[in-house]
Amino acid sequence: MVVLPVSRGREGAGGLTGMWRIKRPVVDSSKCTKCHLCWLFCPEGVVRRGSKGEVWIVYEFCKGCGICAEVCAAHAIKMVREV
Amino acid sequence: MIATGNHAVAYGVKAARAEVIAAYPITPQTQIIEKLSEFIEKGEMRAKFLRVESEHSAMAACIGASACGARAFTATSSQGLLYMSEMVFWAGLGSFPVVMAVVTRALAPPWSIWNEHTDMLTQRDAGWIAIMCESVQEAYDSSIQAFRIAEDRMVRQPVMFGLDAFSLSHTSERLELIGQEEAEAFLPAPEGGWKVIDFQDPTTYGNMAGPERMMEIRHSIMERVKDSARVIEEAASEFSRISGRGQAGLVEEYRTSGAEVILVVVGASSGDAKDAADALRDEGIRAGVARLRVLRPFPAEKIRAAVQGCRAVAVVDRDYSLGSGGIIGQEVASAIGAKPFNYIAGIGGRDLSVADFSGIAKDAISRAEAGEEGREIWWGIKG
Amino acid sequence: MVGHQGITETFTLKSLTDEEYLLPGNAACPGCAAVMAMRIGLKALGPRTVLIVPACCMSVAQGHYPKTPSKVPVFNTAFAASAATASGIRAALEMKGITDVYVVCWAGDGGTADIGIQSLSGAAERGDDLIYICYDNEAYMNTGTQRSSSTSEGARTTTTITGKAERKKDVPGIMMAHRIPYVATACASYPLDFANKLRRAVSIKGTRYIHLLSPCPPGWRYPSEKTVEVGRLAVETGAWILYEWTGGRCRLTGPSSGLADRSRRRPLEEYLRIQGRFSEADPSKIEAMKKRIDEEWEMILELCKG
Repeated sequence: MVVLPVSRGREGAGGLTGMWRIKRPVVDSSKCTKCHLCWLFCPEGVVRRGSKGEVWIVYEFCKGCGICAEVCAAHAIKMVREV
Repeated sequence: MIATGNHAVAYGVKAARAEVIAAYPITPQTQIIEKLSEFIEKGEMRAKFLRVESEHSAMAACIGASACGARAFTATSSQGLLYMSEMVFWAGLGSFPVVMAVVTRALAPPWSIWNEHTDMLTQRDAGWIAIMCESVQEAYDSSIQAFRIAEDRMVRQPVMFGLDAFSLSHTSERLELIGQEEAEAFLPAPEGGWKVIDFQDPTTYGNMAGPERMMEIRHSIMERVKDSARVIEEAASEFSRISGRGQAGLVEEYRTSGAEVILVVVGASSGDAKDAADALRDEGIRAGVARLRVLRPFPAEKIRAAVQGCRAVAVVDRDYSLGSGGIIGQEVASAIGAKPFNYIAGIGGRDLSVADFSGIAKDAISRAEAGEEGREIWWGIKG
Repeated sequence: MVGHQGITETFTLKSLTDEEYLLPGNAACPGCAAVMAMRIGLKALGPRTVLIVPACCMSVAQGHYPKTPSKVPVFNTAFAASAATASGIRAALEMKGITDVYVVCWAGDGGTADIGIQSLSGAAERGDDLIYICYDNEAYMNTGTQRSSSTSEGARTTTTITGKAERKKDVPGIMMAHRIPYVATACASYPLDFANKLRRAVSIKGTRYIHLLSPCPPGWRYPSEKTVEVGRLAVETGAWILYEWTGGRCRLTGPSSGLADRSRRRPLEEYLRIQGRFSEADPSKIEAMKKRIDEEWEMILELCKG
């Protein structure tokens, strides 16, 4: 049998990386100016932007690095400690 | 035509229609890549020639090309092979059907450009099928068969074939070529069934494998390299049919029937061993020769059958595993279940003549008659 | 759009595709600038891209077989071999008549400035048609922060515990000396500058080189949320200069274009103090580092005079 080290693209190649998180980013949509810097800088690609410019976070894989909150000029993202 | 072993390889690779050739010059391999470069520049061969800056890069480029489903070839020798070694393993462990000619040459220091097989044998655990050629004609024939074996869908492992430095690489002999139509029938254009870089089916090749996955990948290579024995014999028999020339397959037996002593040999000096067997038979000593054409997969059963019933087995190694003996000697010992008389000879280009083979055969018989156990003997060592 | 006709649009935050070619849940550290840049880079390059990755943080970040975060073909190769592997891939694609593909090496600073420089130089001298991106996190990070020739002067690593004595190797300079058609620097904190440099790179045939500064939270010793700020400070203090060099002409890009006058740069200390790795740098070391930075600027400004 030919067994080759071929991998296929899927989410979670490094596991359920959301489990790594100590703090979770929480978006306050009332403050969000839809500038999308959080989307641009998220290393993980877990910030999503919708058709109306709204953003949300895929927590399953968000590692909680906190970059989105740092780059948000409107301070619309808060890092909240996981319990 | 009349050609050197090196040019024979170039003609073979041309007939095989290699698509990417990446190589770095080293004596005594240079004629192979010069000739191929000339074929391409004159428009006689359609291929990309990458004149890379090292052997490591040569094999890396061949692997990259092979990953795209292209037929890839390189040639090297000695220090070049050792410098390339990381990528030799990469090709073998990654299952890329690259083909490589190795012009066997001693390793430095001290510097030597002369013949010895140690360089090629250092790579014996890399997942490559390994062939050693006896003649200019066999170098040509093997270079075409190598691609067919490598690309077989049940094998898909790389193949290296060795040519003894100078005594084969630079020696001119009669060479018969096969027609392009026959070559294409024997070895069709690469369908690239082994391609791993595919934009229709994008994958990642070779990222981290954990302990729960690695053994199966390695076991698969072990099985395929072993099973390639059948493919090697099929390729030899079909090539024999289209060329009208006998092909050795895994092991060539010469006058082994009823032999009391059998010389187990490899490479270009096998012809001298056969001449020695003839001369010994004339003297009334029943000598035979078993030539290992294929070293990986190691044809243990064939060699066991070849030497069965003979009183003295003399394995002649043109190589060494320092601290253990001759490399082929160890392999044969493991195949026949007894340590043979293991002659280390012809190191660093030291002459290995018909007289030497006769002497070795007689020495082995007298040791066997004296009831000696098999052991390592450095043949012809001075003072 | 793919092929040597290039990408026609200038990338903006709006025009970058929402398609993710680097999927979430990869194994990179939180706050990793290298995956941040790879995500943006793949958005710019699109699906007809093959990545060649030598041993580096990215070989770990891909996670475990049989899974991968990548939706474009990725070929893992040996540490020293990325450029040569890419040359072979390009040669094979050419033989197969496939011309609308970007062949891209994605290597760390160790795999570029140290062990891989021979094969990179070989490919560049041959002019092989590939884009080579060095993401420079200034040390051997996936082995635990050992010094490379691309480590910044003064930086503490596990093999230079009192700070690196020597200056950083100028790999973009080495690549310019090969007279390849495109050399640029970039920084993960300026993703659009990077994306647009890729846009220019793909419009040119031959060997193209981009050296991308890639801050590293564990290796540079700062909290993961500061990655963008650290990279910005590298540029705003003048410690890292953003430029591109095309056909012998050099121009400053992004914030660097306003920093030729050194009085407009922020004090170097702001960049150093935000990171733990420069904690051993005393005032005399910092003065020496400032002098080197001035020398780098002089050299680049000289090239910009063209």
